[in-house]
Amino acid sequence: MHKSRPVSLATRGLRKDFERPAVDGLDLTIYGGEFYCLLGPNGAGKTTTLRMVAGLLGPDAGTIAIEGIDALARPEDAKQVTAWLSDEPMVYDKLTPYEYLEFVAGLWRIDAATAQARARDLIGWLGLEDQAHTRCEGFSKGMRQKVALAGALVHDPKLIILDEPLTGLDAGAARLVKNVLRERVARGGTVIMTTHILEVAERMADRIGVIANGRLIAEGTLDELRIKAGAAVASLEDAFLALVASEAAAA
Amino acid sequence: MSEPATMAWLASHELRLGWRDLTSLVTAGGRRRRNAIIAIVVFVVAMHAFANWVVKNYATIDIGADPVTLITISSTLLLSWALLLSQAMESVTRIFYTRSDLDLILTSPVSARKVFAVRMARIAAAAAMMALLLASPFINTLAWHGGPRWLAGYGVVAAMAATATAFALALTIALFRLIGARRTRLIAQIVAAVIGAGFVIGLQILAIFSGGTLSRVTALHSPWLVARLPDADSVVWWPARAALGDITALVAVLVTALLVIAGAIALFSARFGEHALAAAGVSAAAVRQRRTSLRLRPRTPSSALRRKEWLLLWRDPWLVSQTLMQILYLLPPAVLLYVTFRHGTNAYVVLIPVMVMAAGQLAGGLAWLSISGEDAPDLIATAPVTPARVLTAKIEAVLGAVALVFAPLTAVLAFESVYAALVLALGIAAATAAATFIQICFRAQARRSHFRRRHTSSRIATFAEAFSSVSWAATAAVAAGPSWLAVIPMAVALAILLGIWLVRPRTA
Repeated sequence: MHKSRPVSLATRGLRKDFERPAVDGLDLTIYGGEFYCLLGPNGAGKTTTLRMVAGLLGPDAGTIAIEGIDALARPEDAKQVTAWLSDEPMVYDKLTPYEYLEFVAGLWRIDAATAQARARDLIGWLGLEDQAHTRCEGFSKGMRQKVALAGALVHDPKLIILDEPLTGLDAGAARLVKNVLRERVARGGTVIMTTHILEVAERMADRIGVIANGRLIAEGTLDELRIKAGAAVASLEDAFLALVASEAAAA
Repeated sequence: MSEPATMAWLASHELRLGWRDLTSLVTAGGRRRRNAIIAIVVFVVAMHAFANWVVKNYATIDIGADPVTLITISSTLLLSWALLLSQAMESVTRIFYTRSDLDLILTSPVSARKVFAVRMARIAAAAAMMALLLASPFINTLAWHGGPRWLAGYGVVAAMAATATAFALALTIALFRLIGARRTRLIAQIVAAVIGAGFVIGLQILAIFSGGTLSRVTALHSPWLVARLPDADSVVWWPARAALGDITALVAVLVTALLVIAGAIALFSARFGEHALAAAGVSAAAVRQRRTSLRLRPRTPSSALRRKEWLLLWRDPWLVSQTLMQILYLLPPAVLLYVTFRHGTNAYVVLIPVMVMAAGQLAGGLAWLSISGEDAPDLIATAPVTPARVLTAKIEAVLGAVALVFAPLTAVLAFESVYAALVLALGIAAATAAATFIQICFRAQARRSHFRRRHTSSRIATFAEAFSSVSWAATAAVAAGPSWLAVIPMAVALAILLGIWLVRPRTA
């Protein structure tokens, strides 16, 4: 199904070493309009991978192509179509959500009329109308994450990269974020997300990649992962634990 | 080992935390312990040499000193006390507004009053220790040349620290009750800055009107003031007499200080926790901006970055108070400028180095906030803007802010002398550019709220920033002369920048 679509993100031989290899020759292919979840135990290399894709970290080796653009050779062009959102929403305490969106729109060179229409929609959609002109300094984590999400979407990115975006959010805020992401995918956007909440991956992802020791050890739909993990496996959690355990045993 | 949850046990806990804070501050997190020890030894020796040069000739002053000497010593003590009060207010405000272990303390079965009493004593002890460290070279030198009676100075300094802490507690808590938790933070910072600077500035303004100079001593020794002060036996002079070695006065000063700090602790410790909780909750309060229009203004990445920096600078209460202090220091030169106009003298030459120095210091702070203090580094790094463009926009924001502060004074000076105004403008530009350059060389990723501790991240950058500002100020002062000798301090300033370029961290 996906392979008929254009490739949104492709990494080849991606490598990053810290004390030890954090990402070890990773090949990832994610198609346009796909919701892809990257799972793995702590320290597996998920965040390092996403930070390299987002342009926050330079790889030691390998290539990254976003929407056909060589992200290492033309980083600004690749960033123009990309958005990054981490578990720790980075917003400016002394700016209001509206000022924050105005700033982001300026950075991405969005013309004022388009930015204004999108900002208004996002503010309404995320339920931020009452706080649109209130400084972010007193906001809860969920509110800050909503503002950061609005900032990530205001420039209408083709590829959204999210690192544990639901951590610390209440049920309502988490539902809102999931709905927003699902809607983006329905409109042809691509989402790559890491999460420790396997239920979210199970419900939302078109495909799931399991990473351990910096390498992709399994990839596919939920059913494909179940089959790969073994006949007795029923849920994604079982499949994930079985795959990680077999990788650990092999290592 | 003391019994848990007793005052002694809590005091030892506070002592341990204080000691670790101090060592971490001095050794930059423990990474450069050997360098720190060497730096301290060099500093102590240099301070003793400096003290020897400054106070050696005063070691023979008798306890029964004349009014002018008593005025000089008292005003020096008062100035030091104002600075201690300012520092203590800053410490009290910081404890109020930092949540840290507040939840643990207030949910533990230990009496909160007991905990906060110990914490207040820690503020007083920290203030005393810092003051004693700075005063010790002078006291030791005086004792070396004039006899052990001068060691009484240690007692006077400790008493000053205790009373300054007591007043700081009273002032902050009074502010808290009068204007509430939210406003207290900003007002306390401004009051602390004003108290620290106010005494010096007030004396300078007095001196300008009475003698037409920036010398504070001129004002203190004026016959008008001497004629209006109390007799030499008055209680007012006890601290000065204690500093001169009068044991009776020393005992009186120490007992008074002890009573004042004990009274303040007894009075305020009970409600300190309540106030601290209210202050820690301030961040949850909402600040609405006046702008309610949903119209977004079209911006380029550079203009968006500049506007963001200016908005954040403007809305930062700590920075506003710091800037206000810089502007306060400019008040005496501004008055001098006014007097110059009235009397047609050319004393404005004195203005130039003061303003160049202030511009360098202000630019250093602003550059750190703009270049290193980025609260959303990921957003900036993932934006489709080149790092060079981001840096340029941030530098423009710093230069714009400095220009806004200093342009009016430069313009006024231009009416008196176009040449002097040109030298001033060039000096300000050079000092600002140099301070910004140093911050670029030593940039590090930090949160803006860490501004207070920015000096701990790189000692080299801190000293280079100060020496660079001094060198550019000297360059401007000599050039305003006018004299070609200005090339000498200019060469020193450029050598500092070259040195910074050579020793900059390569990863920056």
